[in-house]
Amino acid sequence: MSKDCCSAPSAKASDASPCCCEQPPTVTAEWTRSDRLGAIKCRVSNRFRMNYRVTPGLHKLGSPGPDSLVFVSANYKLSFDVLRRGLAGLDAWILVLDTKGINVWCAAGKGTFGTAELVRRITESRLAETVTHRRVIVPQLGAPNVSAARVRKETGFAVSFGPVEARDIRAYVQAGLKATPAMRVKQFPVRERLELTPMEVVPSARKLALVIAVLFVVFGLGAQGILFDDALPGTIAATIAGLAAVLAGAFVTPMALPWIPFRSFALKGVLASLAVVGAILGSIPVARTLPPALLAASVLFAVTVGSYIAVNFTGCTTFTSISGVKKELRIAVPAYLVGLGVSAVLVVVYKLQQWGVL
Amino acid sequence: MKYLANVVTLQYSVDKCTGCGRCVEVCPRGVFEMGEKKVRITDRDLCMECGACATNCEFGAISVKSGVGCAAAVINGMLTGGEPNCDCGGGGSCC
Repeated sequence: MSKDCCSAPSAKASDASPCCCEQPPTVTAEWTRSDRLGAIKCRVSNRFRMNYRVTPGLHKLGSPGPDSLVFVSANYKLSFDVLRRGLAGLDAWILVLDTKGINVWCAAGKGTFGTAELVRRITESRLAETVTHRRVIVPQLGAPNVSAARVRKETGFAVSFGPVEARDIRAYVQAGLKATPAMRVKQFPVRERLELTPMEVVPSARKLALVIAVLFVVFGLGAQGILFDDALPGTIAATIAGLAAVLAGAFVTPMALPWIPFRSFALKGVLASLAVVGAILGSIPVARTLPPALLAASVLFAVTVGSYIAVNFTGCTTFTSISGVKKELRIAVPAYLVGLGVSAVLVVVYKLQQWGVL
Repeated sequence: MKYLANVVTLQYSVDKCTGCGRCVEVCPRGVFEMGEKKVRITDRDLCMECGACATNCEFGAISVKSGVGCAAAVINGMLTGGEPNCDCGGGGSCC
């Protein structure tokens, strides 16, 4: 069998074929320049992030022996890298599961990081022949889909759930594989919320730019074709609304999350949107020249779309439940449809006024 | 930070609890704490329905209808009449 399937972890996409050579690849705890750059790129490019992977299977960190600890990770390279860095100073084994390049917590939710895959990797990597002890340390956030009891029954390996954050691993190891209550709770600090905002802002801004382009044509529509002068006020109103919605829903709501009143993300989004659209309208003089129908449509559209983008952020947070999201949406979705419908009616009213029909 | 009150599907049956403490270990929200001989719930509203406790309770003392998915996935589920789907399709924008 060929041996080059076991090349060191790389940023390239790798297939899920099991490792076939005797020696697991060796890695270090240090981050290189390209590791640091990769960690940033993951936060801004979806395409890059979805292909940022390491080879599944067993890896050596430093020079582990038969009694060294075994840590389990995902094959999303950023997850693997954060674990490596957290293990600085230790010699350990890292068992990488094939999670299709998704991080531990999300993969546990989707099902790729789980009991079956862990059992398979323990067996295929012949872990029982590599180490003399019978224990693997699984990240706590993998627990939604890893049944410690079933892993033990099927492989003989006991599962210890490590701390939530890799930076606490050394303290956890020094305490004899014991985590303090604080190490068990996932926090959601400003820094983490900020890291998530580019992937909120960019996709929604892209979609809204398209909507504004279409609206430009609609607003310019007249008996003589599409007129730029006719399109201008409507396009300004649409741009203000789009800008406010993205800023409020994708940036202000995540960043100011704990300080915006209400627990409902839809309502947080409404408040943030009103504040942002108000601030924009108040600060640019041209806004005051807009006809009332356009102004009203602009505010209503901003609030509706801003709230929708905000409620989507629940998927990124560390504390929202699916039951809660469903409850919010049962009320919010009909409200969004009404908001969009009334905005459209206001735009039609404005166009009829422009054509002199009304 | 806490989400909506009184919505989660978390159910804990104290009779079946053996006090092994696995749920205290796996919960990322501090919903459980160790009592005298059994576990008790600190605040149900903290629960995010990840399901780690139920998956790891060997004694069937905990149940929770867990699920993941962004609001867009839930809306898709509402429209198609199915469950929220987190497969954003062809490596699109996924968490």
